[in-house]
Amino acid sequence: MLIPTIDSIADNRRRRARRRNLVIAFLLALLAATIALTLSLGQSFTPPHDVIRVLLGQDVPGASFTVGQLRLPRAVLAVLAGLSFGLGGVAFQIMLRNPLASPDIIGISSGASAAAVFAIVVLSLNGPIVSVFAVIAGLGIALLVYGLSFRNGVAGTRLILVGIGVSAMLESFIAYILVRAPAWNLQEAMRWLTGSVNGAQLHQALPLLLALTVFGGLLLIRARDLEALRLGDDTASALGVRVARTRIMVMIAAVGMIASATAVTGPIAFVAFLSGPIAARIVGNNGSLLIPSALIGAVLVLAGDYCGQFLLSHRYPVGVVTGALGAPYLIFLIIRVNRTGGSL
Amino acid sequence: MTVHSLTAHQLSSGYGDTEILHGLDLAVPPGKITVIVGANACGKSTLLRTMSRLIAPRQGHVLLDGKSIHRTPPRELARVLGLLPQSPIAPEGIAVADLVSRGRHPHQGMFSRWTRKDDEAVAAALAATKTEDLAEKPVDELSGGQRQRVWIAMALAQQTEILLLDEPTTFLDISHQIEVLDLLTDLNHARGTTIVMVLHDLNLAARYADHLVAMVAGRLHVSGKPEDVLTQENVRQIFALESRIVTDPTSGRPIMLPIGRHRMTNGRTVISSEASASRQEPSR
Repeated sequence: MLIPTIDSIADNRRRRARRRNLVIAFLLALLAATIALTLSLGQSFTPPHDVIRVLLGQDVPGASFTVGQLRLPRAVLAVLAGLSFGLGGVAFQIMLRNPLASPDIIGISSGASAAAVFAIVVLSLNGPIVSVFAVIAGLGIALLVYGLSFRNGVAGTRLILVGIGVSAMLESFIAYILVRAPAWNLQEAMRWLTGSVNGAQLHQALPLLLALTVFGGLLLIRARDLEALRLGDDTASALGVRVARTRIMVMIAAVGMIASATAVTGPIAFVAFLSGPIAARIVGNNGSLLIPSALIGAVLVLAGDYCGQFLLSHRYPVGVVTGALGAPYLIFLIIRVNRTGGSL
Repeated sequence: MTVHSLTAHQLSSGYGDTEILHGLDLAVPPGKITVIVGANACGKSTLLRTMSRLIAPRQGHVLLDGKSIHRTPPRELARVLGLLPQSPIAPEGIAVADLVSRGRHPHQGMFSRWTRKDDEAVAAALAATKTEDLAEKPVDELSGGQRQRVWIAMALAQQTEILLLDEPTTFLDISHQIEVLDLLTDLNHARGTTIVMVLHDLNLAARYADHLVAMVAGRLHVSGKPEDVLTQENVRQIFALESRIVTDPTSGRPIMLPIGRHRMTNGRTVISSEASASRQEPSR
């Protein structure tokens, strides 16, 4: 008597999994297409076979420089940063059950950025040590915001408001350092304020890739527990999830990724904030949002950077483009959350 | 039949600086329905939350089969002891079957795939709660009573032998309250599931409980069969309320009729002499 129900349940479950796999395949294809576009078409067109030859390490006059030195590092950095922002952002949004609880809204990105600027300008450091600074500062800010909003447990709204305040303070700190720095150009200043992949170099990708592998892996292992947290802390705990431990692990992993990316590209505006909700819209309730959101982050940064370089009347850093996309959504969300207390 | 035993020994717990439970002892009879009642803020929910590992005790232990639940790996515990909290959160737009399937969490490893057994458990949970027809509907679109049945289905999919429920009938109208309590009784009868729940309504508690536990100010005041626990004297001590206890002609269980200051047919109300002595006569 139960057999038909069991089968229909199994069917529906498989349909949900298929739907999600389809979305992931589509996003991968979209990302590949965007990468192909940014590698072959810039101010000049490089034929695809030349692009491939450069990627294989062959020396192609002209193309070796434009593709190998300019476009490829830029694309690699954009993709890695986008993956990090997308994954770290959605992890926070799921964990705190609020789309506004994204690291770039609650001050973690600006904390990492402020630390990077401080390390570079004041301490004259560069290289991976800057990333270490950024990660530590990001974790510190996360703890600070968490601590300041703690009163008989953390309420989402209080955490977000505290985070927005801390974020504003950190941004003025960044501006203060930049203004006092003797020899900075506008492009560099823009990097730390809104994020940019200008002047990307391939060696910068290494710490980012490392952080993404370690922290991203840590997060994906926790994906099922994170998914259970969406039912509320009590329910998750009743289902056998170690809530506090999962929180801490997710926080470390997400902050680690976001801060490592920020140390290289600056806080690319709103990518962490936008990726999760876009993923939720496309995937629906068909499984974990982590991977789809990471891929959307990569597409956003890559496409945003391409727009900023070639499709607008001036050259803008990627953060200006993603910022312009993100701001209206932020306003929409604040109005909606105000009205319904909606979740991701 | 259930063999697991759940007991609390000298249990103290609370939040922040406030201690709410003060050295409480409780033995949950296996395979029975235990209902916890008490005035607001007497620690009913705190007791349930401590007994389900949501709060760590300050002193004492909660033992499942003689082993402290706070030392048992959570996933292992979650296969024996289930909890439906007071306000669980349904992710926006989630379908009923998907939500119910979340109850399988403790039975699945980090990377293990879904098995036929998982699907069977979900199907059985939907059937037991009569929510099969709702399986593909979004939870947001259900009525309060349906939603509560779906949450119970999720707890059932967890297939635990002990199920704790924190006020499962709150916010439901009376017909849905009865529906939910009947459903839980069915489960208890059919599967031998040990049920422990907090209820607000004293009369429903007395009707559905095999074992009634009354708390006062963080301590266990009295426990036992409903007819032994629900007495005028106990109601006065638990709720500071005068009452009359009659027998429900339908269920044979005691019913408490509260006595207030108004709407009394004077002289016709039979209350104990002791009670009337301690009461102020309503001024006319």
